[in-house]
Amino acid sequence: MLEDDKKQDSSGCGCGAPSSCCVKEDTDIIEPQTGQVETVSTKLNLSDHLGTLRVRLGIYRMSYTINPGLYKVGSPDQNSHVLLSANYKLSFDALRSALTGLNLWILVIDTKGINVWCAAGKGTFSSTEVVRMIAHTNLSQIVAGRKLILPQLAAPGVSAHDVYRLSGFMVIYGPVKASDIPEFIDAGLKAAPKMRRVEFGLKDRLILAPLEIVMGLKYAIIIAIGMLILSGIGINGYSIDGIKTVGVTSVLIFVVAFLGSVIIGSAFLPWLPGRAFAVKGLFVGLLMIILLIGYNIMYYNNTSMLTIASWVFIIPGLSSFVVMNFTGATTFTSLSGVLYEMRYAVPAQIAACIIGLSLWIAGLFIIT
Amino acid sequence: MCTIVCPHGVFAVNDKKAELKDRDACMECGACAKNCIVGAITVKSGVGCASGILTGFFRGTEPTCGCSENGKSSSCC
Repeated sequence: MLEDDKKQDSSGCGCGAPSSCCVKEDTDIIEPQTGQVETVSTKLNLSDHLGTLRVRLGIYRMSYTINPGLYKVGSPDQNSHVLLSANYKLSFDALRSALTGLNLWILVIDTKGINVWCAAGKGTFSSTEVVRMIAHTNLSQIVAGRKLILPQLAAPGVSAHDVYRLSGFMVIYGPVKASDIPEFIDAGLKAAPKMRRVEFGLKDRLILAPLEIVMGLKYAIIIAIGMLILSGIGINGYSIDGIKTVGVTSVLIFVVAFLGSVIIGSAFLPWLPGRAFAVKGLFVGLLMIILLIGYNIMYYNNTSMLTIASWVFIIPGLSSFVVMNFTGATTFTSLSGVLYEMRYAVPAQIAACIIGLSLWIAGLFIIT
Repeated sequence: MCTIVCPHGVFAVNDKKAELKDRDACMECGACAKNCIVGAITVKSGVGCASGILTGFFRGTEPTCGCSENGKSSSCC
């Protein structure tokens, strides 16, 4: 049973914590936040939506931040609840847009512009940071209550009992999604089981595809340039013609295979065979090979077996690698599981690419 | 607490004891270990993505995104 902390401030530091505490990790002097608490709207405007679009495409997404500090929606008073947020603007926008009509405090902590779950995993959304911001904003003088509502996904980085011990504030884990907060509050700070689960539906998967493409793009471009340069090699020496025919076709195949791997891989993830993502990727690659061969039979008929064989190795190797990389974006893969699959998958992918590339180069010397 | 913070419903509490009811669903995020007041759980959590593992492999370190140095972030996170 938690006691009323107001009587226990014998430490003299003004944060309302039991005397054994005060944050010592920080050597900076903690100064209470001065000035007015900024009110933020619960409606997102065009600029916010454009910002969301921009970061989903990976454009300057590492500097999409807001200043840490205390904010409010509506007109909260000293008895209103306090919600916590990361200082990644996308997280903050997702939170405030779910709070229409409510009167709440929002304490934004410094997660270096990273979202809640990733920051928690990295230790940036931490007990220490939460406690630091409580002191920095003089929160204990602003609210009478001693409860903090944290996003559930902050839990990997925050120890509720440590925050209590260090600040006197009790951490209550809210739902996973901000959109469930109104219902959570209405139910007396109780979450239905479904609110405490992370799902990874089609929309969640596809929204990550653009970023996967953008992040792989720089490697894809380097490989494409390499292929173009090499494709000039032929049995008659080096020719630009080779680049224009074999080179361009190869780059097109490669780019389509890369994009296809990301899109098909993310869209059909739960239905692709295998538990390991590398295996799922392999099936995507085999599907693409079937399509490629079919297309080739219908339209070309004169590509050398050597070249076709090269793609049979390159494309599945590529797909397997690309879908394996999706493990970093999913919500259910584990470190031990990924380590296990990489131990057999990466050597196989490297071997496939080496064999494929060798066959492709050999294919350059065949006159068709 | 473990039943509250787990995003995949791995735990169930029976007669005041928490038990693993769905171990395969565990993603090793460590939320349970972090919030167990009696310290009954340990988790080897960490960067669980293929590129992080590769980065760690090439640097000879634990899996890492490469973003925690000097506040300068790589594009990976």
